[in-house]
Amino acid sequence: MDILGTLSGLVRDSGFAGFLAGGGWKNLIMIAVAFVLLYLGIHKKFEPLLLVGIAFGTLLTNIPGGALYHMPMWDAYVYNAPYDAANEIVLYNTAEERPMTEDEYVAALLATVDGADVDALARTYVAKMAPLYGEMDVDTMAAEQKNTCAALELIDEGALQAPDVIEELSFTDIIHHGGLLDILYIGVKAGLYPCLIFIGVGAMTDFGPLIARPSSMILGAAAQLGVFLAFFGAIASGLFNGPQAASIGIIGGADGPTAIYLTGLLAPGLLGPIAIAAYSYMALIPLIQPPIMRALTTKKEREVKMEQARTVSKKEKIIFPIVVATFVILLIPSTAPLIGSLMFGNLLRETGCTERLSDTAQNSLMNIVTLFLGISVGATTVAERFLSLQTIAIVVLGLVAFALSTTGGLLVGKIMYVVTGGKVNPLIGSAGVSAVPMAARVSQVEGQKANPSNFLLMHAMGPNVAGVIGSAIAAGFLLQVFG
Amino acid sequence: MKIFPDAILTAVLGYGVVFVGLVLLMAVIVVMGKVMTARKAAAPAATAPAPAASPAPAAAAPEAPGSAGKIALHNVSDRDAALIMAIVADKLGVPINQLRFKSIKEVK
Repeated sequence: MDILGTLSGLVRDSGFAGFLAGGGWKNLIMIAVAFVLLYLGIHKKFEPLLLVGIAFGTLLTNIPGGALYHMPMWDAYVYNAPYDAANEIVLYNTAEERPMTEDEYVAALLATVDGADVDALARTYVAKMAPLYGEMDVDTMAAEQKNTCAALELIDEGALQAPDVIEELSFTDIIHHGGLLDILYIGVKAGLYPCLIFIGVGAMTDFGPLIARPSSMILGAAAQLGVFLAFFGAIASGLFNGPQAASIGIIGGADGPTAIYLTGLLAPGLLGPIAIAAYSYMALIPLIQPPIMRALTTKKEREVKMEQARTVSKKEKIIFPIVVATFVILLIPSTAPLIGSLMFGNLLRETGCTERLSDTAQNSLMNIVTLFLGISVGATTVAERFLSLQTIAIVVLGLVAFALSTTGGLLVGKIMYVVTGGKVNPLIGSAGVSAVPMAARVSQVEGQKANPSNFLLMHAMGPNVAGVIGSAIAAGFLLQVFG
Repeated sequence: MKIFPDAILTAVLGYGVVFVGLVLLMAVIVVMGKVMTARKAAAPAATAPAPAASPAPAAAAPEAPGSAGKIALHNVSDRDAALIMAIVADKLGVPINQLRFKSIKEVK
């Protein structure tokens, strides 16, 4: 046994050596980012159920050599491009969105071997091949076909694998060639996890306040303002194309599963930063919204005590999800996966005869899917993609989207205050940004600060759950346009 | 340069679709609510329901040791009542067995 060779192989293949390879420092930065996210999730309790999973996925995917997640393979799937499974190279130029030329592919192959002396390798290969092909000018041949000859020599030496190109990747190929997180990520790419989470969300949501006060729907719609303004902002920045801008805009819907669903389908390359931005801002709602609420409303408006809404019968609560699912899906068919799942979960809750299923959807199913979703979304935060100007732009645009959605809800809340002769407290408008029930709680807290005998929570729950439906419709529209 | 008009159009159209969708849904729910309320009102007065207040126990069963007595629940389920009592005890920082709840009523 060649002990020295084995030891040097171990050192060469270790993750520590990976940090020293080209671009390895980016992985170190991402591991530091993962630690920060873990700190925010565990110590600061920022949406810990999801953020801890995302952070750990970020950690795992950025440890060199772990091979748990293969970004090039998913690029090949998304762009329907050939994939060299042996060397983990997608034969597609993702920056320019066109198929790779042969020269680019060979260059990409060579780039996977650190410190390769291309000239020397080419000369060695041509010299080796000369006896087979008769008279051959080694120098001319090595110069003309330099990269190809060098790559072939590296394959001969075993430093590169012989190409194993799959023309059209399927999920079966991904299971065969992928790592653990690639397999879990199939659930995101297929849109499975967000929909399963929506079943759980539906089972946990009481739509009673919305049924009792249907005008809450208007506030839920108004609070989607940030979605479309951030979409426009992303296009105007010149950094994003239409599908990417749509995925960034949906951050303003303040609805994690919807954002992940839409991004997974339209701009999977941006899934990591968008999911992190969406969940971080949702956790920061108690900090983001109050200054805007106080700036846009007067003390008199905030003091308004709203009348108790009517009691909603059990029969209405059962009919509601059936009517909403049928109506909204007929209106915008592309909302079917999200609205269908949400309303199915809610029906399980309200029927009164499917308590076991409702309980499973609210607890076991929700927990299992959250576990898979968090870690597989975190896996997409690969250093070479995450550390970019686009990520910074997403963080900024996400914040703008949240703030504008809050503003939209508040402004329409003010209009309703005037129209109803002061019976509606405009603070409930900000709850239209989804983020159930955090945004409604913020309305309650701000209302109580202005008037300690004010109880806005149930009134704010109406726009809050209307916002969930609103953001699903917004996502359906964007999917229809860019999908 | 065509990209900006397209983006503006998409944004305006999208916001409009969300508004129209939810306003139509609001109309559907309003109609549903009216139908439900009308049917409730049309129910024959002869079959008037029993009093909402919880009925007094006919033959009172012996109370558990340490019990502070009965609680009157008005349109509140046992589960919700238990939750409310637990929340009140938690907020007050007083053990629940040191508190006495006389009645819990849903405010309409």
